[in-house]
Amino acid sequence: MENLKDGDFTAQAESILQRYPREQRFALAMMQDFQKEYDYLPREAIRRIAGYLEVPPGKIYSLATFYKAISMEKKGKYIIKVCDGTACHIRSSTWIIEEIGKLLGIKPGGTSADGRFSLETVKCLGTCALAPVMVINDEYFGSLTVGKVKKILQRYGGRADEE
Amino acid sequence: MKSEQSQKRKILVCCGPGCLAVGGREILQELRTKVAEAGADIKVEPVIKGTGCHGLCEQGPIVRFLPEDISYCRVNLADIDEIISQTVLQQKVVERLLFTDALTGRRVSSQSENSFYKKQLKIALRNTGEIDPLNLDDYLERDGYRALAKVFSQMDPGAVIAEVEQSGLRGRGGAGFPTGLKWRQCARVDNFPKYVICNADEGDPGAFMDRSIIEGDPHSVIEGMVIGAYAVKAHRGFIYIRDEYALAVKTMLEAIRQAEARGYLGRNILDSGFDFSLEVVRGGGAFVCGESSALMASIEGRVGEPRAKYIRSVERGLWDQPTVLNNVETWANIPPIILRGGEWFNRIGSEKSKGTKVFSLVGKVKNTGLVEVPMGISLRELIFDIGGGILNDREFKAVQTGGPSGGCIPADMLDLKVDFDSLAAADSMMGSGGMIVMDERTCMVDTARYYIDFLTEESCGKCSPCREGLKRMREILNDICSGSSRPGDIEILEEIAGMVRESSLCGLGKTAPNPILSTIKYFRDEYDEHVNKKRCPAGICRELTTFIINSEECNGCGLCKKNCPAEAISGESKAPHVIDLSRCTKCGNCIELCRFNAITVK
Repeated sequence: MENLKDGDFTAQAESILQRYPREQRFALAMMQDFQKEYDYLPREAIRRIAGYLEVPPGKIYSLATFYKAISMEKKGKYIIKVCDGTACHIRSSTWIIEEIGKLLGIKPGGTSADGRFSLETVKCLGTCALAPVMVINDEYFGSLTVGKVKKILQRYGGRADEE
Repeated sequence: MKSEQSQKRKILVCCGPGCLAVGGREILQELRTKVAEAGADIKVEPVIKGTGCHGLCEQGPIVRFLPEDISYCRVNLADIDEIISQTVLQQKVVERLLFTDALTGRRVSSQSENSFYKKQLKIALRNTGEIDPLNLDDYLERDGYRALAKVFSQMDPGAVIAEVEQSGLRGRGGAGFPTGLKWRQCARVDNFPKYVICNADEGDPGAFMDRSIIEGDPHSVIEGMVIGAYAVKAHRGFIYIRDEYALAVKTMLEAIRQAEARGYLGRNILDSGFDFSLEVVRGGGAFVCGESSALMASIEGRVGEPRAKYIRSVERGLWDQPTVLNNVETWANIPPIILRGGEWFNRIGSEKSKGTKVFSLVGKVKNTGLVEVPMGISLRELIFDIGGGILNDREFKAVQTGGPSGGCIPADMLDLKVDFDSLAAADSMMGSGGMIVMDERTCMVDTARYYIDFLTEESCGKCSPCREGLKRMREILNDICSGSSRPGDIEILEEIAGMVRESSLCGLGKTAPNPILSTIKYFRDEYDEHVNKKRCPAGICRELTTFIINSEECNGCGLCKKNCPAEAISGESKAPHVIDLSRCTKCGNCIELCRFNAITVK
């Protein structure tokens, strides 16, 4: 929460809210903007959106928990999205997910203890020709095998260590 | 001047999702730089464009030269110098970069020679891959907004609807409702304001048709929507785009901005007196929002739950006002229908399904990619002629169509014609057009479990048959796949499936049992084997699988040994290998790699 200093957050929150008219239909877009800024949706943001739209916070909370695009947990520095769309699934994505989980000690949906990696599964990245495929932040890795995964993660581990 | 213009050389670099993921953007940049550097020596400077998807994603990144019509595949940054010196400067073909036709095994230089493209007919994808999606002039050059001009100058709303009705166009989102009829029903209602919506919440795993159209040719969707709005007298429209499609959102926003600046959107469009504005709404990552009433709830800023369908959205849709909702591909079909006439469109396709359909052909097929074919083409033609057959020449087992609500069609039905009605008759459905090819190494029980798992996660929870029924079915399937099932489980599964199908609230729940019912219908043996013999013949369900190496077939090449992640395979070079079952994790890497079919499932 270190980047959520009161003054900064208020200014940032205001600038996001002011992008939209006070209509409930923009609630999801506001949450998405907050998430873009902080990589997750801080609880305080729900209160601010509710205040701005003059609706009970519970209403915004129900949206936040319904839509998968919104995460209320802070994510790792590297977000690993392993595709488990049908094409990837029948090309053994299950094994890829398991291997990453084993290597990092986390389950899908979780973040590693050092806060470096988050593991997610997604249903189809639309790049089925590369199946099985994963994305780490914005970088794609296709035609994965269990062996390849280890090497790719080592690269990210190395990179993070150097910093 | 005109002829010089048409002779102008172009280099098209595919920037569709598949190609971008393998470095399409870097290729584009590098070509731009290198062509500019070489520019002093050549008279005609090629125009390099980032285009939408060329379809053949398997072979990306794809670079195409016009007017020579030379296509290169799997282009690397290291190839660029040779491309510049040979093709750009001397118009010579670099043989090694050409496609190898999966059917004939020959290298082909132009798309027209390639079996992947030969049987295709592009209407919805007419511009995708041919134009720079962010250049409105490119669209205009290819008859863009001419249909709109025709509508305003020659047709009243009734005539537009009649033309669409005559075309026989049916909704491409999956259900196949006649588009013209939907428009007529909405136009008939005397209640304003009305809205038009484009459903771009493409949630089926393995489907990326809509994404490719928006990213490759956004103006065709905009033009279709303006025409539809004119026909039903709506003045506002929304495009609901799946959250994961960041590039599609960006491309559409830019296209809307361009259309507004040039007077194709906004007030008094083309001096017709007709006003229409268009907004992009980003989805929230919920599959159920692809269902029309849930989608409308989501646009309104509510939780995306569906409602019962006895009130139809053409009468009471968005904010309870009359609304026409069509899918991306449906909208993209409208301009050519208006321009070339409903009768022209009606001549293409099969008896009750007119026109073409875009499919994403994926899975265990050689040519993975995006294809557009006339309705009524056979599955065999799609998978073997266009798709080039099964990867590694394995045995074809089934093709899954229709997304999570669809079904699996077995090998003995390969001659089935692909259209709305024949797929439904085969207990599957058209869906949005995902087509996932499966081979002998695909377990059908696991496939059913995969879809049920997906749907259990995505069920909104509003009605109990779908919420609870899916969970119970998932438990039974988990039992079957893990070896703890009991005789009679398949029958219970069928019973629950029937209940969920009958009593769920919306389309998601009503069709959710399809993956189970169709796999039980066509692959009952495989279910029985899981339950009674505790064996997974495809070697996918871990607890039910034992891999063995047949010592007579194994020639000791060592490929499996080298690549076994568990180091469970041993053997001397050129002597039969063995698997140490205590170490084997059953990942199946060896069976995938073996070129001699020496590894089997015990």
